[in-house]
Amino acid sequence: MSTFNGNGQSIPKIGFYICHCGHNIASMVDVDKVQKYTASLPGVTVSRDYKYMCSDPGQELIQKDIKEFGLNRIVVASCSPLLHEHTFRVATEKAGLNPYFFHMVNIRENVSWVTGDKEAATDKAIDLVRAAIQRVFFHKPLVKKEVPINPDVLILGGGIAGIHAALTIANAGKKVYLVEREPTIGGHMAMFDKTFPTLDCAACILTPKMSAVKNHPNITLWSYSEVEKIEGFVGNYRATIKRKPRYVIEELCVGCMDCIDACIYKEAKYPDEFNLGMSKRKPIYIPFPQATPQVVLFDPDTCIDFKSHRCKKTCIEACDRDAIDLKQTAKYEEINIGSVILATGFKTYDAKFAPQYGYGRFPNVFTSLELERMVNASGPTSGEVLTKEGKKPKSVGIVHCVGSRDEKSNKWCSKVCCMYSLKLAHLIKEHTGAEVYNFYIDMRTPGKGYEEFYDKLMNEGVHFIRGRVAEVTDWALAAEEENKLTIRVEDTLVGVVRRIPVDMVVLSVGLEPREDASDVRRMFNISCSNEGFFLERHPKLAPVSTFTDGIFIAGACQGPKDIPDSVAQAGAAAAEVLSLICAGTIELEPNTASITEEFCSGCKSCIPLCPYSAISFKEDTKKAYINEALCKGCGTCVAACPSGSIIQNLFEDEQIFGEIEGLLRFAGIDLAGSETKGKELEHA
Amino acid sequence: MKYIYYPGCSLKSTGKLYEESLLAVFRALNIDYVELNDWNCCGATAYMAIDEDKAFVLAARNLALAEEQLKGEEEVNIVAPCSACYMVLLKTQKYLKENPADMRKVQTALYESGLAYRGKARIRHPLDVFINDLGEKEISKAIKKPLTGLRVVPYYGCQTVRPYSTFEDQRNPVSMDRLFKAAGAEIVDWTMKTRCCGASLTGTIQEVALPLSYVILHEAKKRRADVITTACSLCQFNLECYQTDIDKKFKTDLKIDVLYFTQLLGLALGIPPVELGIQRLFSAPDNVFKILEGGDHVYV
Amino acid sequence: MPEENINKKWEPKIIAFFCNWCTYTAADLAGVSRLKYAPNVKVIRLMCSGRVDPQFILQSLASGADGVLIGGCHPGDCHYSEGNYKMLRRFRLLQRVLRSMGVEDERVRLEWISASEGEKVKTVINEMVDTIRKLGPLGLPGKISVYDKDLAELKNEIDTEIEVDIKPSGKEMVEHA
Repeated sequence: MSTFNGNGQSIPKIGFYICHCGHNIASMVDVDKVQKYTASLPGVTVSRDYKYMCSDPGQELIQKDIKEFGLNRIVVASCSPLLHEHTFRVATEKAGLNPYFFHMVNIRENVSWVTGDKEAATDKAIDLVRAAIQRVFFHKPLVKKEVPINPDVLILGGGIAGIHAALTIANAGKKVYLVEREPTIGGHMAMFDKTFPTLDCAACILTPKMSAVKNHPNITLWSYSEVEKIEGFVGNYRATIKRKPRYVIEELCVGCMDCIDACIYKEAKYPDEFNLGMSKRKPIYIPFPQATPQVVLFDPDTCIDFKSHRCKKTCIEACDRDAIDLKQTAKYEEINIGSVILATGFKTYDAKFAPQYGYGRFPNVFTSLELERMVNASGPTSGEVLTKEGKKPKSVGIVHCVGSRDEKSNKWCSKVCCMYSLKLAHLIKEHTGAEVYNFYIDMRTPGKGYEEFYDKLMNEGVHFIRGRVAEVTDWALAAEEENKLTIRVEDTLVGVVRRIPVDMVVLSVGLEPREDASDVRRMFNISCSNEGFFLERHPKLAPVSTFTDGIFIAGACQGPKDIPDSVAQAGAAAAEVLSLICAGTIELEPNTASITEEFCSGCKSCIPLCPYSAISFKEDTKKAYINEALCKGCGTCVAACPSGSIIQNLFEDEQIFGEIEGLLRFAGIDLAGSETKGKELEHA
Repeated sequence: MKYIYYPGCSLKSTGKLYEESLLAVFRALNIDYVELNDWNCCGATAYMAIDEDKAFVLAARNLALAEEQLKGEEEVNIVAPCSACYMVLLKTQKYLKENPADMRKVQTALYESGLAYRGKARIRHPLDVFINDLGEKEISKAIKKPLTGLRVVPYYGCQTVRPYSTFEDQRNPVSMDRLFKAAGAEIVDWTMKTRCCGASLTGTIQEVALPLSYVILHEAKKRRADVITTACSLCQFNLECYQTDIDKKFKTDLKIDVLYFTQLLGLALGIPPVELGIQRLFSAPDNVFKILEGGDHVYV
Repeated sequence: MPEENINKKWEPKIIAFFCNWCTYTAADLAGVSRLKYAPNVKVIRLMCSGRVDPQFILQSLASGADGVLIGGCHPGDCHYSEGNYKMLRRFRLLQRVLRSMGVEDERVRLEWISASEGEKVKTVINEMVDTIRKLGPLGLPGKISVYDKDLAELKNEIDTEIEVDIKPSGKEMVEHA
């Protein structure tokens, strides 16, 4: 039975405050009624309502009352504790009261926003408030834990977001480990030719940053590497990085590529990943000329020596620095870091899942990423836009929203496709002089200079047809359609179905979470939103933080984003990390568990339950012991202790029982038992 | 496993040959089936358009009957070969599952006749049964007269795959392709697999319907197909019976055989043509027979 | 208590224990998305579903709740690695106990709801309220007071025979059941 025995503390003097939150709460909950009701509850000294409790005057109201009436418990009924618990705790502390005497009731997200009936909402709010009043009786003063922050930072992903974050932090004098899965950093941006809307060359602005990363004394760049394991908590993470074997000693290789020339394969014959299979490479290769680090690597799946061990190994002979080591194995590095930035990027939608557009069926249907490579001077066609037959197309159709804004695939707008489609339209026209048709649902070009770019394209004579393309087909209805691809679309501005024959089709594929996003999410203990992108702590006010302290996100892993947005977010994440490092320490919630030795029977039930091995068994006293530095405060051991000897701060049994009884005591019909229970509680 | 066979109206009338060939194939492949007792109209597209609730009751009654008939069985598989029936039953199942209010109305109506729909019945298309329950291996084992040299274009039409199909890709279905590949035929790939055949507009607005049928026939012929196979009585009828009208209108000479997929499969299984209802076709599929007997492609 | 009176006034009372990281956040999302759901479920926030002591559930029912909903992260997603598994284990055992006490399975429900599943919070709560409305009140406090009376009588008998001091109360009844 949860009865208040005072715990040797002062008799509760509760101050209760209910927030209108403008109309957010007051329009659905009868604030006045709740306030008056609460005033009548035992222990409540002050009960007030106010328009905005979180505002400065609201907080001052609490502080004034604490001083004036000697309040020793504060309950605020307003929004979610995830939003403002911290605000009110600070306010309570400023008035000289221990902040853990404060408790928050969520009557916005849990009541006013989700209830359609004013009376029901008010009743629910009253129940929740009563529970909180009963709960705070049992609150105790607690001391915050402070832990130091390790100033080293791990950044996962070497695309433009990761690169920018790494440079920002490194320039501030902090140590950064940049881990990239591919053999080179640069990410998707390295594959692009030009960037919208300024049409400046992607390589020209990216490669200087890539080499800055390589040469920065504060950055340790581990390409071709993956995080195997991460453990610890904010300020004190420990990560294991797997460095996959390149079969080339990175420190010795200078990227002269003599080995590639010397390979016994005179012709490149394996599909080149960087050019999306549109060109060939040898079993020993460098992803692209500006790859960073400038180190070659072997593909063991295609190298003869790995398959049969019978190669002449001309590559080894060619290397005068003895950098090739075919016996290399994966290396594991263990690092201690204080914070992590995830900038793992995106993948593009697989156009094969939209079979009506014929990707993979008709050779002249390309994805936008393939076209990016094609228009790139260092790409598979040396910058020429060519059909599979090797001819310049006379007409090209660009199909927008492939894998975006589609109930059947991805519902979201990928945000960048309209702009990159415009860019590609411009480049195709520039390279070939072809007629270019854009098929769009809506043109979405918000952004500085973006709408102007759209305008420029219209003046260049690119055609825009509003309508979702029904299919790309090779069946010809008229002579001009023979041997071409025909795009069937309803032109919704004219109101007719059109058939437009073209030589080449470009599918503007949307952006998706990476296939292993959910593994990464699990490893780093963060959440994903429904579509699978990493979930930010708050969509507006904490866009780069996650629900796990010390883990930040930047770039397209959080949602589709163009380059400027990714860079801005990377900067924001870097700033968050630096603010954490500069503070030097971080306060942790004191919600850890501890053992009351006199009740512990030494049964050891709790020990295997703890995922952090925080509980040990003291052989001398035959009692369990919790190392509070290791305890994360989940409370699993507390719930399991058969003798009730484990206590979790902030979530003590008495507090929860208090809440349960507070919720049920007067609710609904008054069944015989609950009446007596209530009385007992009052007597105590 | 026992399948409940739900014929619907078509397979007992204009689609008689579909029923004959389907059941002959079922027997040849040792598929255990029993016709649904006391079945009624599925409601088709017409009733759905007028009164959804009543149409749901009609369809749900068939499902409830199937569950009743196979009471005690672990699985209730109801095979609906007519594409309209298939679509309507699936639609009913989906809507009732998602809308408890409609479900209550339907259950109340069914209760009056002593029935209850428990949502247990699985609605299956014969293609689904052949490919997913039996599998290509089993099919090719049973083939007695492989369709060697025959160029087949599978035509699925709309309702078999859209929008509720549980076994097919809605934009690029492949089950019939796989089936006839297993039967030894040469499959002609095309993008017309699910285009509209004109449907019931052939009977009402021919100037809209005929061009729709025309593009399908024209494209099949252009791709040097010997036979179009269909899974729907309306598609089969439109594509086969209007060829002379289309020839006249578009000044062409189409002449292409259009068979139910079960008829062609039946021939491959060595079933005598007369048991497959071949004689009921409007024009004899001479071309198919000629090739199967080792002759030349007529339209190469 | 007159039967009609109960039917007229009675509304299911459900206590929910939501974990801070997934389900509570999902409930916040439901709020932000302005999804309307039944007001009968009242949430108690815990750090992890692993903190849900079976006593919380029993106490809730004994104090007059008609149902208890526990919300945790999906398997594998627990913020504390495996608290949700520990809860699942306990839940299965508790279900057996409750069954033997005549408490229907549907009254105590464990659901995995991730931070992004605001919609699921709504459907689960609405479904549960519907189900329990059909089951009717659990009325455990009333039953317990009857047990208490029996126990008191038993105690009197024992007291007169041998002088042993036991103190019966509702809580102990439930714990021992």
